[in-house]
Amino acid sequence: MLSFILRRLLIAIPTILLISVFVFTLQKLLPGDPILAMAGEERDPATIEFLREKYRLNDPIPVQYVTWVGNALTGDLGISLRTNQPVLELIGQKLPVTIQLATMAMIFALVIGIPAGILSAIRKGTLTDYVANVVALSGLSIPNFWLGIMLILLVSVKWQLLPASGYVPFGEDPLRSIQVMLMPAFVLGTALAATLMRHTRSAMLSVLTSDYVRTARAKGLSERRVILRHAFRNALTPIVTLSALLFGELIAGAVLTEQIFTVPGFGKLIVDAVFTRDYAVVQGIVLVTAVGFIIMNLLADVAYVLLNPRLRGQ
Amino acid sequence: MTLSRLSLAAALLAASALAAPAQELRIALQSDPDTLDPDPNRSFVGRVVLAALCDKLVDITPELEIVPQLATGWSWSDDGRTLTMDLREGVTFHDGTPFDAEAAKWNIERSQTLDVSQRKTEIETIQRVEVVDPATLRLHLSTPDAALLAQFTDRAGMMISPTAARAAGEEFGRDPVCSGPFAFDSRVAQDRITLTRFDDYWNADAIHFDTVTYLPIPDTTVRLANLQSGDVDMIERLAATDLGQARAAPGISVETVTPLGYQGITFNLANGPGAEDNPWADDPRLRQALNLSIDRDALNQVVFDGVFAPAIQPFAPDSPWFDADWPVPDRDVEAARALLAEAGHPDGLPLEVQVPNSTEAGRVMQVVQSMAAEAGIEIELVSKEFATLLADQARGAFEASQIGWSGRIDPDGNLATFLHSEGGLNDSGFGSAEIDTQLAEARAATDPAARKEIYDAVQDVANAELPILYLYHRNWVYALDDDIEGFTPYPDGIIRLEGVRRSDG
Repeated sequence: MLSFILRRLLIAIPTILLISVFVFTLQKLLPGDPILAMAGEERDPATIEFLREKYRLNDPIPVQYVTWVGNALTGDLGISLRTNQPVLELIGQKLPVTIQLATMAMIFALVIGIPAGILSAIRKGTLTDYVANVVALSGLSIPNFWLGIMLILLVSVKWQLLPASGYVPFGEDPLRSIQVMLMPAFVLGTALAATLMRHTRSAMLSVLTSDYVRTARAKGLSERRVILRHAFRNALTPIVTLSALLFGELIAGAVLTEQIFTVPGFGKLIVDAVFTRDYAVVQGIVLVTAVGFIIMNLLADVAYVLLNPRLRGQ
Repeated sequence: MTLSRLSLAAALLAASALAAPAQELRIALQSDPDTLDPDPNRSFVGRVVLAALCDKLVDITPELEIVPQLATGWSWSDDGRTLTMDLREGVTFHDGTPFDAEAAKWNIERSQTLDVSQRKTEIETIQRVEVVDPATLRLHLSTPDAALLAQFTDRAGMMISPTAARAAGEEFGRDPVCSGPFAFDSRVAQDRITLTRFDDYWNADAIHFDTVTYLPIPDTTVRLANLQSGDVDMIERLAATDLGQARAAPGISVETVTPLGYQGITFNLANGPGAEDNPWADDPRLRQALNLSIDRDALNQVVFDGVFAPAIQPFAPDSPWFDADWPVPDRDVEAARALLAEAGHPDGLPLEVQVPNSTEAGRVMQVVQSMAAEAGIEIELVSKEFATLLADQARGAFEASQIGWSGRIDPDGNLATFLHSEGGLNDSGFGSAEIDTQLAEARAATDPAARKEIYDAVQDVANAELPILYLYHRNWVYALDDDIEGFTPYPDGIIRLEGVRRSDG
């Protein structure tokens, strides 16, 4: 198992390098000058030239990249052009926020998506199935920003139940922290719940028609036991894969959700950084996200093995 | 034992009864400020936060008069090349360092020499700073500069603690130490900036909050929702289109004020590739035709529900520098067509305008586009993300550009930056020897009436040439919880907390 994990981690290194080259080049292809964008109305020519030199923006792009990789290897991801903060410190501040949002959203997604998927599979063709499908489709098609603003108007402005936006660190006031994060996590979670529900449904449907389920039923096992122990457990493999892949969607969805609810996380950081051409920050975030994605997929692979003994030793 | 416990409890009770509950003010800003060091700072929201942290040498009234803050008085020498300022005595910075002429001198020199300072051009005329005595500062200028005093109403006039700044170096903006009504407490990027009351503030009686928290909330609807739900007390830059909703909402009041700046269309007259083979650059009659084709009142009504102010010059109608000879003109499509024909384009001609990809700019330019079309001008809108638009504008890769200016207190800042042939933001490439001379004369004159006369003359020349076509003044719109009283909006858009209080506290 350990060598399996190590092997997977080694394979990840070229992937991360490739991603960083790709993002670095893409960023440099964007029109617009970070220093001008940053200076806005105040363009002091001497200061602008000084800043270009300071942030090595006059160097050829390959040189800039090599410098960045060199620094990154020593743990220095550079300094934000906009706020002057070290990128690593910014990421350290933002990462817990987005992890909390993503975790809460994932809980929403799992709690809504999986039971709904199972239910609609075992009651295929009934009203329950149709209702679940319609709800799932709406979850997929309602844009995040619309649902978010509607929720703010209803829950915060009209009923005054939850704060409209913002963030409270979990360590400072756990209850308040969860309260503030409820709406964004719900908005982010519902879209994922829809995807999860559809996949759980189809995985369950294919398992429910398999021979071993028929055998289990023939043995006279209770329907509950047949579904949860025999069918669902086997249907879980594709769902786990999907959950790991959904991590990417979570981060992408967080970009929008954090913008609406003013959650100071990764998504908001990257949007602001792209608009102000804050290269070092964009690069740092992409690096951390890529590593996160690889870890999530590694965890999914480990989970398969735990779920399905037949994969052990392979 | 019991007795001492009792007396302790009584003392505690008395103390809690005496201490007023901590007063907190929460303000939602449109974006997250950049560095909170006044020298390299370059964002409007940064100035809003800095205004609570750092006192300036002088300040303005809502009528744009310059009034004392850390400088209690000032006088110009007859040749306009020496400015002597009397400094407020007994002022200390948040770290206890005393504020005096030495500290002021150090501050001005820092603004001029710090590598990353964006203040260099603002105070470039200062040649030497002299400490006459601890309460008197004398500035020797290379040329007369009537606009200098107004620079001290903003970041160039903000005084930071030399002790703290020397120790912090480039990191100063992360833990700024000034002498304003509030001291820096903490900041979480993109989330909040918290300041706490500075008890030794020289004007502490005017301050009625213990803490003030600034929360960046970019979406205007969400900003308003936060105000309505009671999560914030005050928001800045409410969208004009949300004004109706805010006015109708219970418990919310709205304040507006005309700004120092404007929004308009800048033509590329002589800046790089965009000016070559461009009839719009060569013939002012074409620019006049576009000018005549626009109904600015209708534009204001359609896009902004009439909340903003139509513009024909860089000064808003209630500015002391507004030139009454140039009122907002009526639309005249026939005259516009006639001018086009006279310029050799009887069938009209196309114009490419680059536009920032914001909803506001898009709507404004669509209205302008349809108005211009009626006069035969076919505007093609090229929507660009702001950083790209700025870069293209600076290198001259544009025919015309929809862009604005936040405005400056001194009229020089609204004119020279764009109309002087060497102006820092003259992306139009416009050059007029006459205007260059006039602007130099106006800087040398210290009498406001004489300066006004010269600036009026500058506008006469500029309006004939039209390098910039002014469209509207984007009024500052604030929305506040009804229990916040004493707030006065200022034309510079900066929120001043003196006198602001909560009525139920």
